[in-house]
Amino acid sequence: MTEKPPPPKRTAAQKTDFKRELTEVVPHLRAFARGLCGRPDMADDLVQETMLKAWAAQDRFEPGTSMRAWTFVILRNAYLTDMRRNRFRGEYDEGVAERILTAPAGQEEPIHLSDMHRALLTLPPERREALLLVGAGGFSYEEAADICGCAVGTIKSRVGRARATLNAMLAEGNIPQRSVEDAAAHRAILQELDDVAAGKGIAAAKP
Amino acid sequence: MTSRDKSWASDGGESAAKGNAKSGAGKDGPAWADGLKQLYDDVVDEPLPDAFKDLLAQLDETDDGDPAATRGGAGS
Repeated sequence: MTEKPPPPKRTAAQKTDFKRELTEVVPHLRAFARGLCGRPDMADDLVQETMLKAWAAQDRFEPGTSMRAWTFVILRNAYLTDMRRNRFRGEYDEGVAERILTAPAGQEEPIHLSDMHRALLTLPPERREALLLVGAGGFSYEEAADICGCAVGTIKSRVGRARATLNAMLAEGNIPQRSVEDAAAHRAILQELDDVAAGKGIAAAKP
Repeated sequence: MTSRDKSWASDGGESAAKGNAKSGAGKDGPAWADGLKQLYDDVVDEPLPDAFKDLLAQLDETDDGDPAATRGGAGS
């Protein structure tokens, strides 16, 4: 691998652009963080941490590329680091409204948003993350793979498994009361963190 | 990789409505798929708490004093 020269210092105009784009993605960062860690207060802390890190690292952002994808990588890494410190345990936020989702045609039992949220938080972290990126965030499998620093096939597999689990839980009303910690999944995601730390994340993946 | 994973959001689009899942309980996929999107979108649509606006406002000040960028550098 060739060493990349240090990125050029940003001009004032570029900084303005960066800040505008960063501002625009903050609501998405909050949504992603909320989905990842469940607790709104922790999620918002995570987003603030992400914003500061993104700002500090702005010279490394390539103008014209996706600010949302770039900041999601930062948020994800911050989340994983915090998970390592056992700050998050996929805690379910009891404050989520017991709101009924619009029941689609043909669906007898309405799904409560709180059920959805709880089911999501019972997924192993790396599947939850894949599902959030693709199913909620609208990223393509390729983009999600870039963000997670893993192969496209891995993302597809994770989304497929997450999907099957949610199908089972939500369609059959078989939702665990409390989230569970999946030690194996936890290890898997930490392995990814190591990969990212080793430079196999999105920043390095870009040509 | 198996073909079962392809039934949903094959390229990031939201064509989940078709939900012609080949995997297990796939026919109910769209129900929660909408819910998942809604969970996310609900947060996106929330008004931004002041803490974030404050933080965004502070970012400029954390900058290392590019003369062209400074506006209200009146502080200490």
